[in-house]
Amino acid sequence: MLKPTNYLTKVYGLPNGWTLPVYEREVQGYQVAKRVLTSMSKDDLVAEAKKANIRGRGGAGFPMGVKWSFMKPHATKPAYLVINADEGEPGTHKDRTIMELNPHSVVEGCIIGCFGIGAHVAYIYVRDELHLSKERLWAAINEAKAKGYLGKNPFGTNYPIEVYVHTGAGAYICGEETSLLNSLEGRRGEPRLKPPFPAQVGAFGCPTTVNNLETIAIVPTAIGMGGEAFSKLSAIHNLNDGGIHLYGINGHVNKPCVVELAVGPTIRELIEDVGGGVLGGKALLAVIPGGSSTPVLRADDRVDAPDEKSPLHPWHGKSVLDVPLGVDTMRGVGTMLGTCCVTVMAEGTCMVAAMHNLMQFYRHESCGQCTPCREGSGWLLRSVEKILEGRGSMEDIDNLADVANNIMGNTICAFGEGTAMPALGFLKKFRPEFEAYVRGEKTKDRDARLAV
Amino acid sequence: MPFALSADRERELEEILKRYPTKMGACIPALHLCQDQNGYIDDEIVLYVANRLDLPPAHVKGVVTFYTLFNQKPVGKHQLWVCRTLPCALRGADGILKHCEKKLGIHAGETTADGKITLRTAECLASCGTAPMMQVDKDYHENLTPERVDELLEKLRA
Ligand SMILES: Cc1cc2nc3c(=O)[nH]c(=O)nc-3n(C[C@H](O)[C@H](O)[C@H](O)COP(=O)(O)O)c2cc1C
Ligand code: SF4
Ligand code: FES
Repeated sequence: MLKPTNYLTKVYGLPNGWTLPVYEREVQGYQVAKRVLTSMSKDDLVAEAKKANIRGRGGAGFPMGVKWSFMKPHATKPAYLVINADEGEPGTHKDRTIMELNPHSVVEGCIIGCFGIGAHVAYIYVRDELHLSKERLWAAINEAKAKGYLGKNPFGTNYPIEVYVHTGAGAYICGEETSLLNSLEGRRGEPRLKPPFPAQVGAFGCPTTVNNLETIAIVPTAIGMGGEAFSKLSAIHNLNDGGIHLYGINGHVNKPCVVELAVGPTIRELIEDVGGGVLGGKALLAVIPGGSSTPVLRADDRVDAPDEKSPLHPWHGKSVLDVPLGVDTMRGVGTMLGTCCVTVMAEGTCMVAAMHNLMQFYRHESCGQCTPCREGSGWLLRSVEKILEGRGSMEDIDNLADVANNIMGNTICAFGEGTAMPALGFLKKFRPEFEAYVRGEKTKDRDARLAV
Repeated sequence: MPFALSADRERELEEILKRYPTKMGACIPALHLCQDQNGYIDDEIVLYVANRLDLPPAHVKGVVTFYTLFNQKPVGKHQLWVCRTLPCALRGADGILKHCEKKLGIHAGETTADGKITLRTAECLASCGTAPMMQVDKDYHENLTPERVDELLEKLRA
């Protein structure tokens, strides 16, 4: 059963819900930050954050508390907190709602986060197109500053904290954390080789934590109720995947939206209970579980986990649509949780056209530093285009898989995998559709439909 | 006359510079200020930003060419971006784009003859739950229908 919650979303529908008076009135805003700064030690805070089992909401699912614990004080260099609000992964539309409708949760999260990692400055990196988000965040920062929650002496303490909004200028790759850091420093947004990791050499050469915007926004709630209690809100708390999460649903459903739920709803619940069912009562064909880089699932896919030790064993033989969405559960079914925004595709959607659409995206957004990604993304696009236009051969289908496999593991950043994995997913799950185009049984003009 | 920022934008740049430990940190915000004023970024602006922030012009030029939102040539008075990526395409983005092209008499990537409107496609704008959508200058317009597009275009042309 779905467990709707409203920790982040309580102020969403309220008049002026994004302003300080409403945040303070409705959710006792800034009380947690005050308690942390005036009565907790850094170590206690990080221990509490670990107990909350917050898995990073940027896509990789890294445990937030553990990431904070990597930050060690440096003899001469300051530390920075950098918040990733570049939200650009196709199919992802959750962070924007927080910035527009509950920006104070972000600012309060930044205060607590700075204290937790020993930083005095936080930068919120917002993609440039999100003008209303930037406006609301700046307004929230200024309100908090006027009240003495930020600045030289937040809550009367001697722990100065400043929060700034920084913007990019249109480049999906700047969501990758090291590219984002280069962009913050005023450079081209090209990803850096790791190691060194940001915790050692991050923004401006200093130790840095990069957290996703939703990750930081949920921190006041988690610390406020206590890490363990927060973690236990989740249906899959036992898999160290705790708390609550924003879930998005888009594509072919009757009511696309963003909702807040205890961690662990199933895809079927999201489609039926949240999304109001598949558009026009059609049959479900496929879902992309968490942004375009996560491999597609077929509606008729089943869980294959005969091993009793597998965390997925309880769902062995069941539909993938009935597995709770979690970092490890989605990995177990051959895809990824990603950003928790599900793209739904109904019967009649052309999977070759869907792949073609996404390969256009990846071709456009590759930063071009690594040959396998730069050339590979071009090959993928050209080959799928050839097939779609009826000029392809069976070798072209195999070629697609070869090119994708050659990108995997051979690039500086995870954009390469993010391009290759979904390509391989479409080929593996829907190969007969590609073959139908090669044989001329399907044609672009007649069959390449995305809007059904 | 060489390029210079207006007095209020210059003051804003002063504020921006205080936020970063290096002058380079202000490079992208400074370019945004210049583009706001001038509409696009030419070599004079590159030189101006380079001098103002003590950076090699080649660095600034490299930044300008990396990011899609920096215009390197003049654009229309209004910018129209129709999101084309999969979640929007599933909700009819293609039809919205074709409708815009027909009404404006131009293709994506072009500017109307009167210089008023530049039409482009965008990649996912984090608005997939309210698709199809487009951005007009700084505003998002969501859950689009051809009728709503017509209303919008009327306003822009007025
Ligand atoms: C190509 C690429 C794009 C990414 N885009 C985003 C993004 O838009 N927002 C985000 O929070 N993380 C994004 N990430 C993940 C970040 O690199 C990083 O893991 C994340 O911001 C860390 O925050 P978290 O631990 O709170 O999830 C992206 C990663 C890659 C490889
Ligand atoms: S994998 Fe692609 S996006 Fe990442 S650094 Fe290499 S070329 Fe750039
Ligand atoms: S795909 Fe258009 S806003 Fe995301």
